[in-house]
Amino acid sequence: MNQISAINDFVVKFANVNGSGSASANELFARSILRMGVPVSPRNIFPSNIQGLPTWYEVRVTEKGYLGRRGGVDLMVAMNPQTWDNDVKEIEPGGYLFYDNSKPLPESKFRKDITLIGMPLTEICNATYTDPRQRQLFKNIIYVGALSALLEIDPKVIEQLFSEQYKGKEALLQSNVKALHLGRDYALKNLPCPLGLRLKPANNVGERIFSDGNSAVALGAVYGGASVCAWYPITPSSSVAEAFMGYCKKLRGDAETGKNKYAIIQGEDELASIGIAIGAGWNGARSFTATSGPGISLMTEFIGLAYFAEIPVVLVDVQRGGPSTGMPTRTQQSDVLACAYASHGDTKHPLLFPEDPTECFEMTAQSFDIAERLQTPVFVMTDLDIGMNTRLCRPFKWDDKQEYDRGKLMTYEKLEAGAEFGRYLDVDGDGIPYRTLPGTHPTKGGYFTRGTTKNRYAIYSEAGPDYVDNMQRLMRKFETAKTLLPQPVLHQAAKPASFGAIYYGSTSPAMQEALDVLAEMGVHINALRVRGFPFADQVKDFVAAHSGTFVIEQNRDAQLKTLLVTDAKINPAQLISLLHYDGTPITARFIVDQITKHISAHSVVPLKKAS
Amino acid sequence: MTYLAKPKLHHPSLSKNQAGYTRRDYEGKISTLCAGCGHDSISASIIQACWELDIQPHRVAKLSGIGCSSKTPDYFLGNSHGFNSVHGRMPSVLTGANLANRDLLYLGVSGDGDSASIGLGQFAHCMRRGVNMVYIVENNGVYGLTKGQFSATADKGSKSKRGVVNSDEPLDMIGMALLLGATYVARSFSGDKKQLVPLIKGAIEHKGAAFIDVVSPCIAFNNHAGSTKSYEYVRQHNEAVNRLDFIEGREEITADYAPGETVTVHQHDGSALRLKKIATDYDATDRVKVMNYLQEHAARGEVITGLLYIDPDSEDLHEHINTVDTPLNQLGAKELCPGTAALEKINASLR
Repeated sequence: MNQISAINDFVVKFANVNGSGSASANELFARSILRMGVPVSPRNIFPSNIQGLPTWYEVRVTEKGYLGRRGGVDLMVAMNPQTWDNDVKEIEPGGYLFYDNSKPLPESKFRKDITLIGMPLTEICNATYTDPRQRQLFKNIIYVGALSALLEIDPKVIEQLFSEQYKGKEALLQSNVKALHLGRDYALKNLPCPLGLRLKPANNVGERIFSDGNSAVALGAVYGGASVCAWYPITPSSSVAEAFMGYCKKLRGDAETGKNKYAIIQGEDELASIGIAIGAGWNGARSFTATSGPGISLMTEFIGLAYFAEIPVVLVDVQRGGPSTGMPTRTQQSDVLACAYASHGDTKHPLLFPEDPTECFEMTAQSFDIAERLQTPVFVMTDLDIGMNTRLCRPFKWDDKQEYDRGKLMTYEKLEAGAEFGRYLDVDGDGIPYRTLPGTHPTKGGYFTRGTTKNRYAIYSEAGPDYVDNMQRLMRKFETAKTLLPQPVLHQAAKPASFGAIYYGSTSPAMQEALDVLAEMGVHINALRVRGFPFADQVKDFVAAHSGTFVIEQNRDAQLKTLLVTDAKINPAQLISLLHYDGTPITARFIVDQITKHISAHSVVPLKKAS
Repeated sequence: MTYLAKPKLHHPSLSKNQAGYTRRDYEGKISTLCAGCGHDSISASIIQACWELDIQPHRVAKLSGIGCSSKTPDYFLGNSHGFNSVHGRMPSVLTGANLANRDLLYLGVSGDGDSASIGLGQFAHCMRRGVNMVYIVENNGVYGLTKGQFSATADKGSKSKRGVVNSDEPLDMIGMALLLGATYVARSFSGDKKQLVPLIKGAIEHKGAAFIDVVSPCIAFNNHAGSTKSYEYVRQHNEAVNRLDFIEGREEITADYAPGETVTVHQHDGSALRLKKIATDYDATDRVKVMNYLQEHAARGEVITGLLYIDPDSEDLHEHINTVDTPLNQLGAKELCPGTAALEKINASLR
C-alpha cells in the first residue's frame, strides 16, 4: 500500500460531536502549526445545532500559503461514530485514519488502502479521570498530544500556547500540559511515529495575523467611527455584533466617566434593527447593522426608504446558503442581487466585496465614509467562509492622520452665511445634495424627510417632472459611487493570455491557487478581482480585452454576471460562468477542473497541425 | 382641508414666549386632512404645549409612520426636522435618532393602524426600552387613508360606516403600555384641548417612554351612530380621573386647591406635576392599581382619561446602556478611533 507522504502540505480533518469541547482543542492544533511558521487554513463545518450533531474541523497545512479549501482528506481524526462511514470514505487512498479503538470495530468498518492508527482514548481517559466532563474535555487534548507525536509538532509550541491561554490559572495550565503529554507519550511508545505526513519548522507566516472575518468587520466598525449598532441574532452574522460589543467595551469607554461612546441595541427583529440604524444615520451618528440573507429580505422596505430619503447606513451581510432558511451554517455568495437591488421601485446600492479578514476590517471602516459621502445604504458583502473561520491574513493597519469623511453636511455657519439649502438639490453636479442634521439652526435648514416623492427642496410633490428629476439625480449619484469604491485588483498572467477570469470575495484564495496550478499546466489566465459594485470602468475594458472571461461565483444563478450584463452593459456572450454552490467553500481543484474542461472543449486544433 | 393659506407675515403685536418665539412660529404647513378631523386638534395642542413650554422648535425631532396621523408632523413645528418613515416602524427610527443625539426632544406621532396593527411589535419594544420620547397615538379606530377599514383598536361590536359589525377584540394600547413599562401613560380626547395640552407638556418634561393615547374621531369614516370613537360617543363616555396642571420651571407653586383634592408629583429631574384629583381613590403612581382600575372601568364601557400613570423615578434608554453625555453624533475620530497603538496590540494578540 502506498502511504501519502508530505511535509507541510496536507489536510487533516477532525470529525467531532457538537458541544464536546473539541473546537478549542482543534484550534490549538491549528495554532501550534502556525507557531512553527507553517501557514494553515482551518474551516469549521458545523450544523445548525448546539449539542449532539456532527461537526467537522478541517485544517489545511500549506507551506505555500494556499488558504482556500483544498478538497480531499489525508488524515482523518474520526471521533464521531455517527459519521464514521462517510468520514472513512472521504480519506484519500494512501491516507491515514486516527481513531479511538477502546471498543473493537468489525473489519468491514475499515478500508484496506489507508493506514489505521488506533488509540484507546476512552480507556486512557477513564483510567486517568473520574469526572465525566474532564474525561470528555481532556480526551480532546490527549488526541492533540498524540497528533503532535505523529506529525512532529513541537510540543514546546503547544505548551507555550497553553501558558498564554491560561495565564494566571496555574491549575488549568498544569492539567492541560499533563493531558498533552499523556497522549504524546502513548503515541511515541505505541504508534508508528512519525507518519508520512509531518511538519517541519518554516518561516512562511511572517507578520500575518490569524483572525475571523466577523471580528475584523467589528473592529473595522470601531475604527471607522460607528457609534450605533442595531442587530438581531442570525447565523452566521451574530458574532459581528458580539465582537463589536467586545471591542467597544475595551476601546470605547470614556476614561473619565466610565460611560460608553457607543450604543448597541439588540432589536426585536431585523426590521427594527435597520430602522434604528437608519434613525441614527439620519441624525448624524455612524451606524450599522449586521445580518444575513433572511435579514436582508426583511429589511428591504427600509432599505428603499434609506435609498430614496438618502440616509447613510452600513449593512454587513454575512452570506449563507439560501433561499428561505436555506443552509444557515453553509457558505454562499447568493445575496448579491438581493442586496444590489434591494427594495421595491428602482433602487441600486453600492456593494463592497472583501476577500479576507484584513479587507473586512479595511472595507468596513471605509464603508462609513462611503455611506456618509453618498448618503445612501452601503453593503459589506462577506460570507460564512470568511466570517466564521479563522484566516491567516495581513495585519490590520490604520493611519492616525486619517480623518472621517462626513460627507456634505450643511452647518450652522454655512446657513448663517446665506448658503442656499435644498435637501435634494444637486449643487456640485455629482448627484450628491447637502443635508442638515436635526437641531442645526433655529430657522434655516429644517426639512421633512419622507419616503414619498418630493422636489429639490424636500417639498412633497407628485409632479412627474419632479419625480424624474430626482430619480435621475440618484442615477448621477450612483455614477459618482464608482469613483469612491475600492478599485478592482488585476493579476496579470506571466504569459500572454486570451482568457480572463473575474472573481470576488471569499473565492480569492482558491482562485489564486488555481491560477498557479493552471500556469504550471501551461494555461495562462488574466484575473480581475472585483471589489465593489457599481463596477469600475476597468471591468468592462478587462472583458473586452479577452476572447472569453470566466466569472467565478458561489451561487446558482450567476448573480455577479447578471450585474455585469445589466449594469456594466457587458455582452453576455463574452462571459462564461463557473458556479459552485453546494454550501462548501469553493476549491482550487474545482476551478482548475472547470476551466481546463472548458478550454479543451472549445480549443480548436489548427488544420495544419491536425494533419 | 382648507385652501386658504395663512399669511406669512406675523402681526407685530403677537406676543413672544421666553424663548423669543410667537405661537405662529410653532405652526407648520396647512393640513391636508379632512375639515373637522380630530388629528388637527391634536396638532394644535402640540403647538400650544411647545409654545407654552418655551421649546426651541429646531430642538424637536418629529417622527411618524404612515397614515393620516403620520402626515400631521408636516402640519406643526415647521422649523423642526421631521421624518415620515415606513408604516408601523416609527418607533425604531425614533429610537435610532434618539441614540444618535440625546439632547433633542423626540416626538413620535402615530395612529392606531400604524401602532396597534402593523407596528405593534415596534410599539411594544420601544416602550420596553424606555426610549426618552413623547409617543402620541391619534386613535380613531379606523384606517382613514385607505377609506374606512377597521383598525385593531376598534371596539368589539362597534359598527363601521358600511354597517359591518366588528367581531374582534380591541387592542388596549394603554394596557399594553402599562404592562410594557412605559413610565408616563395618559389618555385624552382630541376634542378636549384643556385636558390634552397639559398632558403633552407633562410628557415632554418626562424622562423616559411617555405614551399618550388620544381618541381622535375620524370625521369621514368613523363618526356615525354605532361607532365607539365618534365625537358623540366619546363625549358621553369620557370619565376623567384627574386634571393635570403643568408646573413650569422647577419650583413648586403652592396649590390653590383645597387640601386633599390635589397631589403634586415630583419627577427625578426636578420638574413637578400637579394633579387635581377627580376620582378620589385614584393613585397615578401605583402601576398595579392603575391597571386594575382601568380594567374595571373599561368593563363598564367608560373611557378613562387623564394622567393614568407616572413613575416619578423613571429612567431612559441612555441610562440603561450608559452612554456618554455628549451626543454620539458629535463625537469625531478623536473620540471614536482607538488609533494605531491599540491596533498593534490587537494584531499582536492575533498571532
